[in-house]
Amino acid sequence: MATTVKLDAGAAGHGAEPRGKRDDDGQATYLIAIAEALWEEMERDERVYMLGEDIGAYGGAFKVTEGFLDRFGSGRVIDTPIAEETIVGMAVGSAMEGLRPVAEFQYADFMSSGFDSIATVLGRYHYRSGVPLPVVLRGPSGGYVRASSFHSVNPEPWFAYGGGIKIVAPAFPADAKGLMKSAVRDDNPVLYLEHKWIYRRIKETVPTDPDFLVPIGEAAVKREGTDVSIITSGALVHKSLEAAENLAQRGVSAEVVDLRTIVPIDEETVLNSIAKTSRALVVSESYRFVGIGAEVGATIAEKAFEHLDAPVTRLSPPNMPVPFSPTLEDAFLPQVADIERAVEELSAW
Amino acid sequence: MASEPHHWRGTEPRRVLAPDGSLVGDPDVGLGPDDLRAMLRFMLLARRLDRECIALQRQGELTVYPGFEGQEAAQVGSAMALGPDDFVFPTFRELAAALVRGVDPVQYLAYHRGTWHGGPYDPRATRFGPICIPVATQIVHGVGYAMGLALDGVRACSLAYFGDGSTSEGDFHEAANLAGVFGAPTVLFCQNNGWAISVPTARQTAGEIWKRAEGYGFPGIRVDGNDVLAVYRETREAAARAYAGEGPTLIEALTYRVGAHSTADDPGRYRGEDEVSDARGFDPIARFRSWLLAAGHIDDDLLAGWEAEIEEQVLTIREGVIAQPPPPVEWMFDWTYADPPSALAVQRSEVLGG
Repeated sequence: MATTVKLDAGAAGHGAEPRGKRDDDGQATYLIAIAEALWEEMERDERVYMLGEDIGAYGGAFKVTEGFLDRFGSGRVIDTPIAEETIVGMAVGSAMEGLRPVAEFQYADFMSSGFDSIATVLGRYHYRSGVPLPVVLRGPSGGYVRASSFHSVNPEPWFAYGGGIKIVAPAFPADAKGLMKSAVRDDNPVLYLEHKWIYRRIKETVPTDPDFLVPIGEAAVKREGTDVSIITSGALVHKSLEAAENLAQRGVSAEVVDLRTIVPIDEETVLNSIAKTSRALVVSESYRFVGIGAEVGATIAEKAFEHLDAPVTRLSPPNMPVPFSPTLEDAFLPQVADIERAVEELSAW
Repeated sequence: MASEPHHWRGTEPRRVLAPDGSLVGDPDVGLGPDDLRAMLRFMLLARRLDRECIALQRQGELTVYPGFEGQEAAQVGSAMALGPDDFVFPTFRELAAALVRGVDPVQYLAYHRGTWHGGPYDPRATRFGPICIPVATQIVHGVGYAMGLALDGVRACSLAYFGDGSTSEGDFHEAANLAGVFGAPTVLFCQNNGWAISVPTARQTAGEIWKRAEGYGFPGIRVDGNDVLAVYRETREAAARAYAGEGPTLIEALTYRVGAHSTADDPGRYRGEDEVSDARGFDPIARFRSWLLAAGHIDDDLLAGWEAEIEEQVLTIREGVIAQPPPPVEWMFDWTYADPPSALAVQRSEVLGG
């Protein structure tokens, strides 16, 4: 069972505090779980290497790569100049040569600085050449941490659109570890989005088996329910679980489906849930207009129409920059109370 | 004598004052005694305010703040060299330059308090662009603005600030190349402070930054960025070339970031205390103050008076910052577009209700 650690808001978690260690009882935070996966994969396969800005002595913007430089050396933990387009390009070239690069973006927002290399090069390389590119691009994604419009974006739709790239966005430490290991072993480009609100807040018992994998493309039901299905991912899985707990006390039974992978979407798990509850609330941190929630909602409307007792409902931020002000960010992003209200409206149908 | 910061090695920078405050060049940079005094006063105010901002962040009144201690001469000297019609494109570390340009510091700090919307100050009125987070993008804006000035026939220039890390971004190359090709009236002003968060300048570039200008076909200058008189003179000359239609100039100002990258950083992870204490031996304020005292432009009474005034001034700024309330929620809808489309009204009612 995962537990939530109380943290003060502020400054995105970026900074000085160390990554930390597993608890004595074996529980690991999401941050530690990701680091363990990377460490184990680098131990397993010497072709795996990391590149990015401030990932060496500094240990990365959020300290995921703390200690990696000492263990693996500067040949496999490469601090690059500030050049995102080049980081992706270097990953492409070295993957062509047979390496398996894992590139870190300090924030997922900065993937926009490498957009051309990601969207039009990386995403189309196999299509054009038949050469697989086992590249992982890691980036801390999402809001709820008072980090302004430049450090809070959910970039899933930017890269889900053009094909050729898988996108994973785990919500729990064990899933984060298993998906990272799958991503590193995958022969396709994988965008691995780490939700920065979760990093140090959620911890649970995480498997230690070096071959523990969570398959890319499989969603998971994180809470069973019968009245309404909440389809979500990332930090909103935790907000949805909290809402479901509160709703249960008021006699409403919500099921929470954690997508875990954004591309490809696990339609089967989503549709099975709708068949059971007949009501769908899609909660996504990407924008409402042309966001991931719009796509999931359309899929449900198209393929589960005969099961639905109510309109598919979406809860997503409006299409505008993520506000910096705490007051505005709270209004902008879906909150637990918003989810509860939407579920109650749906269950009243 | 403390050793120079690592990234100052190589070509000797242009100087008017040596690090100990002694004269090594012509002190007549075109400024009278009043202007020279104003220059020092801006530097003193900037340092005191910078330290106050770090305190405000620690007290929870600012979300995050990037300090600039050690870079006062590079910013004040260059900003004072510009004319009223010139336009500055800053990074996120140019509060000292903003003070010189007349930007209200309380409004400026709204960025760091997270209370801004639609611009805390008017960039067009202050001729000081919005602080720029995406690294190096503002250099291209500076060139674009300069090309606009040239097309409009305005006798003015733009100046874009950036750091050593920014010169690794493609944007720097593209901006410099464009400026060279079009002979844009612009100054590309690099504050090489030695560190891009944890990465030293030597890991950003194997050469000297100022030398790159030659490849783009315009002058490059290496100046001691902790010598405010030299910074002023070189920036002034670069601006004069721009006004005269002689195109861009790249200035590499050698300085040092004494503090952390930002309040979220711990530089102890990647650099030694010795390096920082050595760098303090090249302090820009001590150097200029020492020369002004020796030249008889200031005395201890004046400095004591300023200290009291600056305390008062910074207290007023502090109170102004703390008094800023959180913005009303509807502002995010009001400011997303210049002319909000009707689709936004639907989203607005979803968020605000009703």
